[in-house]
Amino acid sequence: MKVPLSWLREYVDLPPVTAHEIADKLTAAGLKLEAIASHGHDLKNVVVGQVIEIEELTGFKKPIRHCLVDVGEAEPREIVCGATNFAVGAVVPVALPGAVLPGGFEIASRKTYGRLSDGMICSEAELGIAESSPGILLLPADTPLGTDVVGLLGLRDDVLELEITPDCGYALSIRGVAREAATAFGVPFRDPAALELPVAEGVTHPAEIGDPTACDRFVLRAVSGFDPAAESPLWMRVRLTRAGMRPVSLAVDVTNYVMLELGQPLHAFDRNTVQGGIVVRRAQPGERLETLDHVTRELAEDDILITDDSGVIGLAGTMGGLSTEISATTTDIVIEAAHFSATGVARMSRRHNLVSEASKRFERGVDRELPLAASWRAVQLLTELGGGVAEPGVTHAQADVAPVSITIPSGHPARVAGVPYSRQTVVARLLQVGCRVVDGVAEAAEGGRGVAATGVVTSGDLAAKLAVTGDDLITVYPPSWRPDLTDPNDLAEEVIRLEGYDALPSTLPGAPAGAGLTETQRLRRRVGRALALSGYVEVLSYPFIGARDLDHLQLPADDARRRATRLVNPLSEDEPYMRTTLLPGLLKTLVRNVGRGFTDLALFETGLVYRPGADAPETAPILTVERRPTDEELAVLTAALPEQPVRVAAVLAGEFERSGWWGQGRAATWADAIEAARVIAREAGVSLDIRADQHEPWHPGRCAALYAGDVLVGHAGELHPRVVEAYGLPRRTAAMELELSRLAAPAPAQTPSISAYPVATQDVALIVPADTPVASVEAALVDGAGDLLESVRLFDVYEGAQAGEGNKSLAYTLRFRAPDRTLTADEIAAARDAAVETAAAQVGARLRGV
Amino acid sequence: MSDYDPVEVTPLHADELARAEADALAAISSAADLDELKQVRLAHAGDRSPIALANREIGALPPAARAEAGKRIGSARKAIGQALAVRQTELEAERDARVLVEETVDVTLPWDRAPRGARHPLTTLQERIADCFVAMGYEVAEGPELEAEWFNFDALNIAPDHPARSDHDTFFVESVKSGKVLRTQTSPVQIRALLERPLPVYVISPGKVFRTDELDATHTPVFHQVEGLAIDKGLTMAHLKGTLDRFAEVMFGEGITTRFRPNYFPFTEPSAEMDLRCFVCRGASSLPGNPPCRTCKSEGWIEWGGCGMVNPRVLIACGVDPSVYSGFAFGMGIERTLMFRHNAEDMRDMVEGDIRFTLPFGMEV
Repeated sequence: MKVPLSWLREYVDLPPVTAHEIADKLTAAGLKLEAIASHGHDLKNVVVGQVIEIEELTGFKKPIRHCLVDVGEAEPREIVCGATNFAVGAVVPVALPGAVLPGGFEIASRKTYGRLSDGMICSEAELGIAESSPGILLLPADTPLGTDVVGLLGLRDDVLELEITPDCGYALSIRGVAREAATAFGVPFRDPAALELPVAEGVTHPAEIGDPTACDRFVLRAVSGFDPAAESPLWMRVRLTRAGMRPVSLAVDVTNYVMLELGQPLHAFDRNTVQGGIVVRRAQPGERLETLDHVTRELAEDDILITDDSGVIGLAGTMGGLSTEISATTTDIVIEAAHFSATGVARMSRRHNLVSEASKRFERGVDRELPLAASWRAVQLLTELGGGVAEPGVTHAQADVAPVSITIPSGHPARVAGVPYSRQTVVARLLQVGCRVVDGVAEAAEGGRGVAATGVVTSGDLAAKLAVTGDDLITVYPPSWRPDLTDPNDLAEEVIRLEGYDALPSTLPGAPAGAGLTETQRLRRRVGRALALSGYVEVLSYPFIGARDLDHLQLPADDARRRATRLVNPLSEDEPYMRTTLLPGLLKTLVRNVGRGFTDLALFETGLVYRPGADAPETAPILTVERRPTDEELAVLTAALPEQPVRVAAVLAGEFERSGWWGQGRAATWADAIEAARVIAREAGVSLDIRADQHEPWHPGRCAALYAGDVLVGHAGELHPRVVEAYGLPRRTAAMELELSRLAAPAPAQTPSISAYPVATQDVALIVPADTPVASVEAALVDGAGDLLESVRLFDVYEGAQAGEGNKSLAYTLRFRAPDRTLTADEIAAARDAAVETAAAQVGARLRGV
Repeated sequence: MSDYDPVEVTPLHADELARAEADALAAISSAADLDELKQVRLAHAGDRSPIALANREIGALPPAARAEAGKRIGSARKAIGQALAVRQTELEAERDARVLVEETVDVTLPWDRAPRGARHPLTTLQERIADCFVAMGYEVAEGPELEAEWFNFDALNIAPDHPARSDHDTFFVESVKSGKVLRTQTSPVQIRALLERPLPVYVISPGKVFRTDELDATHTPVFHQVEGLAIDKGLTMAHLKGTLDRFAEVMFGEGITTRFRPNYFPFTEPSAEMDLRCFVCRGASSLPGNPPCRTCKSEGWIEWGGCGMVNPRVLIACGVDPSVYSGFAFGMGIERTLMFRHNAEDMRDMVEGDIRFTLPFGMEV
């Protein structure tokens, strides 16, 4: 909402403070300043002059005039001018040398077109009161010459641009802002809507309300004999422009002006095009309307329509129809001022993608008591400025609407704020808002609900739950312009905001002791830390993927990861699905980094994947909000949502240990990817069981399934070469993905007993078939070595001739130690032999060289 | 008593001993390195050294002479021993000085052999925020990102026709009538916390949220918020203000100036916006005559987040009796907080995953 301060000051006696001070007070009251635009402050030396002689200069590409202009000085001034819309005798604004026009444009006396130009005759655009203007601004002939134009036209002004929250429809008007400003400064407010209305004689035009839930007040007034050629006066055009609206024609400008001033959207019909009585009703199937913007719109069944005998003539409160539009020849005008359903207009405006100044106001709630006054104000302006006669009648259709009342203990605002407010303060603030306040509990009013906002609850269970009880009850009737005030806390907010949010004390609550982070939350932190310390950089990629990603990953047609949730309105049709694996985002981030010149990369991400169940219900019902849903109802919601487990994934390419002056580095491999999983498992207190697997998108010969006990928790290894190619990844890119949710929170570690007896070390080299997984050899050794085994470590793998064709040699160091004695040579040999025998039995291992 | 040889024992003569000692000391001081000193030690202090041999002869002396001779030998031994030790120390020091100089390396050589990792600042900032509230007694609550509309909107008193519920703002899942959306705020976790936890409830809920904005310098369709919720007996707006003032101090340091101003949210009533004094211009740009400020658009203040007293309608939808319990909620953008706290200027840097953005943040933000 753009508010010219000159307009605001018409209705509130603001003290002589700066625009910023006014803006600060309004911001504190909830009307937040967005910007201040200052106009005309540096505009000076522009005076009223009269053209007394015109000489047309020839020989130039465009018409040029050399004028003599009387600016009330002893001698007229010579001025060269390129405009031609004036004649001798015209009274015009003249910028004298030394004048500064908007945009810092300085006027000086100069030679141009061979003549002296001792000033400039100005247009509206040049004075900064219109965006463009066809010619010179012509002033009334009786304007005293030499008068300062800035003062004369009120060009010096500040415009506050305020952000109006959706609950404050009333503040989308000078009237509403003036009321807030008056309260903020503690000065009187003059209500521009408090007009003395004439006693109506008869009905302007037959009209009726067909659906009181769509419209509960409909007012028509008429003007006849209007001069369609009449123009809007300059002051009105300036105000409209500064308030952000483009002047169009007097009839349209007047409706806009009244809307800006009072907050009541108005619509003007050409009376001679309206056929028969008007009915306000909902749309019927198949109806359509060509609106003012020349778009023919298919109407939906709960659209609110203005209709006449010919059919639909307007979308209520949103946009009028083309057939009844005011034209350049309209002499008889009907002004409509109505109160439409806020939600009805909101839906219509969204359905037709039509946001107008009117719909913005109706959506946020318009004062139901305004239509009679606002329409009268418009009629007054139209007759004053455009001739014509106000017709004596008025059409006033309405539905009975009971007033809303809210009963609260007078101490309620204080209890919400945590500040003591006296009863007197509470009542005074509510009166400033415009409420009527009575002591005690009032009888519930009789009457219909009209188009009441959805928030209004007058009876039933919810009303009982919302009611606040206590001592010293007061009943508050919010004013007609505040349909947003429906609940006890709405009243509390009014009192608190007017007393000032800045006056609230700052106190910390005494929260009970909490339990700290959960084990799962701590684990997630540790995992992030451990991976980062291992050399991985965390990324947070978007969780959107495309079908192409699933193809790039070489996922088979029946892979569960292909069952992805689709977005209705994705940002990009290329990526309409929610990720079922973290890898696509990571791989694309890897490629992006490679593209930016980084070749050695290790990245990780922790985040949710979205795994819809095969037989999940399609819809999650909208449950009641009037009570706690039952556990059964909540279970239905849960069932409809996909599983969303937490996963960690890592990708790496290039060198994991860098080459340097120390020598060759080490390329990232499948082994690093598996180690990343081990790092995570270690943080979870889990020892991973690694098994060879074939699982897309990994290389079928370099893919490990990761098990925690019997639970499959993820995969790791080198990516399939086709995946590498599809994503344009560096060769041999490796990856790991693990479902953190499947790692149980670790049990507390148990303190080991530390033996101080000496260790005994035995090396064994075993020959096994080349395809024997090393993990099973180690498992056999551990199994066979018994309790004395402290650790086993593979230190060499050899697949040369000496191991024999199809074999490999594995060299292990076994460390033995007893808790209570030094081991004897016999004991050590026995344990080693037992280990080797078990390996022989389980995986066919034999000692090398035996 | 046994007999003894009354003959004089030559090695025990005082002169002999003095000469042996002098020889030893001379040899010790002329030993040029530790190896030579080792030889000298053997020759002059070893088992076969003159002093050792002399010592063995003491038994041959008449008892009256033994003490005297013993004393002389002891004194010679002590002198030799001390000289050896001193020389040993000297020679070791010489050797160390020489060897260590020879072993000198260029310690300025780079050693970036192991890869360097880092955590994303948006993650660690969420953790830091959680820590701030855990210290105040809050717990961290979580919820799904793909959420039921009832949790994301209805239970939060966002009416079915609210503009936020259109596909201009909200990502809908499967169909616009599925009742499922990508959560547009972390507020649904409020509802889950109230349904699942016993009262009183003090929870903080950082997490990912989604709105249909195109990515640019100041918008991203996927971003992060932290939601706070406190429901207890007797909670007031003063408590809300105190909590957020504390939060602001922890995030931005003591001396941060905050502003509380009225705003509107369906799920809180009364509602407020928490503004921070602009970090760049400190508010100066909002006064006439001063240069404009890009950071706060010359408003002097920066919006940090919304908050308010939980609307009783929200409590009712969660089965909490608003006549007994009240409380507050707030929601702040993590990206915005990171921008203010670390001068991050472009939202795109936070989402693109360029390692140059993340590495400087290390393990903690």
